[in-house]
Amino acid sequence: MNKLLAEEMYYLMTLGRKFEYAAKENYMKGNVSGFLHLDIGQEALSVGAIKAFEKGDVFATYREHVMAIARGLEPKAVMAELFGKVNGVSGGKGGSMHLFEPSRFFYGGDAIVGGHIPNAVGCAYARNLQGSEDGVMVIFGDGATNGGAFFESLNIAATHKLPLLFLCENNEYAIGTNIKYTAPFREQAKKAEPYMMTLSVDGMKAEAVYETIKEAQKLIEDGHGPVFVEAFTCRFEGHSVSDSNSYRSTQEMKHCKAKDPLVHFKKELLERWMCSDKELEKIEKKAQTMVDEAVVFAENSEEPNAAALFEHVFTEEV
Amino acid sequence: MLYREALNKALDEVMEIDDTVVTLGEDVGLYGGAFRVTEGLVEKYGEKRVIDTPIAELSIVGNAVGMAIGGLRPVAEIMTGNFSLLAFDQIINHMAKLHYMSNGKITLPMVVRFPQGVSKQLAAQHSESYEQMLSSVPGLKVLSVNDINYAYHAFKYAILSNDPFVFIEHELLYNKKGEVNFAQQLDPFKARIVKEGENITIISYLKMVDDVMQSVSAIESALNCSCEVIDLCSLNPIDYDTLAISIKKTSRAIMVEEDHKTGGFGSQVIAWVAEEMFYTLDAPPLRLGGTDTPIAYNRTLELASIPTPDSIAQDIIAWGKKNDV
Repeated sequence: MNKLLAEEMYYLMTLGRKFEYAAKENYMKGNVSGFLHLDIGQEALSVGAIKAFEKGDVFATYREHVMAIARGLEPKAVMAELFGKVNGVSGGKGGSMHLFEPSRFFYGGDAIVGGHIPNAVGCAYARNLQGSEDGVMVIFGDGATNGGAFFESLNIAATHKLPLLFLCENNEYAIGTNIKYTAPFREQAKKAEPYMMTLSVDGMKAEAVYETIKEAQKLIEDGHGPVFVEAFTCRFEGHSVSDSNSYRSTQEMKHCKAKDPLVHFKKELLERWMCSDKELEKIEKKAQTMVDEAVVFAENSEEPNAAALFEHVFTEEV
Repeated sequence: MLYREALNKALDEVMEIDDTVVTLGEDVGLYGGAFRVTEGLVEKYGEKRVIDTPIAELSIVGNAVGMAIGGLRPVAEIMTGNFSLLAFDQIINHMAKLHYMSNGKITLPMVVRFPQGVSKQLAAQHSESYEQMLSSVPGLKVLSVNDINYAYHAFKYAILSNDPFVFIEHELLYNKKGEVNFAQQLDPFKARIVKEGENITIISYLKMVDDVMQSVSAIESALNCSCEVIDLCSLNPIDYDTLAISIKKTSRAIMVEEDHKTGGFGSQVIAWVAEEMFYTLDAPPLRLGGTDTPIAYNRTLELASIPTPDSIAQDIIAWGKKNDV
């Protein structure tokens, strides 16, 4: 990592945080509807992982706004998608949980817990067959590691030594149920150990996430086959905006927020990369402007027309 | 040529000209496929393109979706339809929806091959049909072909198309003999008139078309009429135009299917007949289908649970007499 990259990551994390608060505000206003899963508290993981995994294909979950933006999707097109507008990345047909941009090798945006992991395995198989040097990264929560799709995927990825990076964002909660009620141990990497190399990292520290993903990528490039990375993190909000987060105590939330990844990374920039307060203020302002513009763009975008309902059911109508 | 050989030839020819085509499934490689459809392909194209998978149907279809995203044209084989229930999340939530949800940005050129149906004493967990569920999912094209020539052309079309297809096969059709006209240009979505007739339109698909054909002469002599038999070929979309022309001519419509009658695929066809063809009809439409029971192992019970040439003839003759055909 260098100063320039650190600044870019700080910008993306700040942008992500502000974007999510703007999304929440617009949900309250009624501009955004449906399910809205905010990434607040997990920005170090989202930005660190995506910036480290520069090329390659990415398959993410429904908590993917910040990852999508870090991957280069325009914040205004992401916000317009949340608004259900025609200029949204998915033309208003996907919404918050279904952001796709194949030109950026970003494939969502999947709202079936664990359902996208086999898709990532298939894509990694394709990349292997095509002789591509870029692998695939699939991101999922701790809850997904309890399902069959996950275990089938470990087995197949390891059998074929696929260039696949499994990234588990362990925030310890599957909606409102703590992992202690659903799994025999807190570390989900244990499930992957018989199949592949595993790494774990403090997901609240952007530079650590970045370095760990780079390390995993190197292992894959060196022919070790798939690698499992577990990042321990903490979401500051409920599962979605409609979740009041009542299952976590004030004390637990206080402990959680004490690890704020933005506060930590800002300190890194000031102390390790010798950034000035003024430089960081400029970055924060730039992020705020970007978010404000995204909201205005989304507000001013058109609704899809009636014909859109029938478009893209197939590539070719019969 | 046998039905399974026609499918094998179609797949072989496409794999030969397009190296993005791969096939995957349990036993498709060294074993040659549970129904020998992929026989000889692994020797020709290697293990990387003819992929023996674990018996994990969710992954067979889920991986195929990912392969299609990654630029391949996968042909996934579900060994038998009942096993596909483990893959239905992938079929419905991923395969059928990603193109639409991404506003057309993701395309999934893929085929899921789907052997199914009552074979011979395979009991309740190896005998069912799922076209009623598959054909009701927006975003899937569903072919279900009785004829060998049509099967060859339709399968090839499906592999080369950019849309996701389910290609339903009947386990008792694999050894059916027939000819393939390789030079023919064939529309896989157009229903096939198997036999022309004037007085009754009998609509069917897959193996039941053969059972209907075996029953036709008995029906025609008992009712002193002639039957037109139509093989739907495509279950989504349905070629209503061909059905409408036939029913206008005959003014009678019968649907024959193997699946459990309640909620069966034919209910869609007969609902359409009731809505769109009502005033052309000279008799109430008739639906023949399987009993609303799981499929039994015992051969007598098994045969009693599905239409057979004898039961089809008997039921249609009784209906004809009641309705003054």
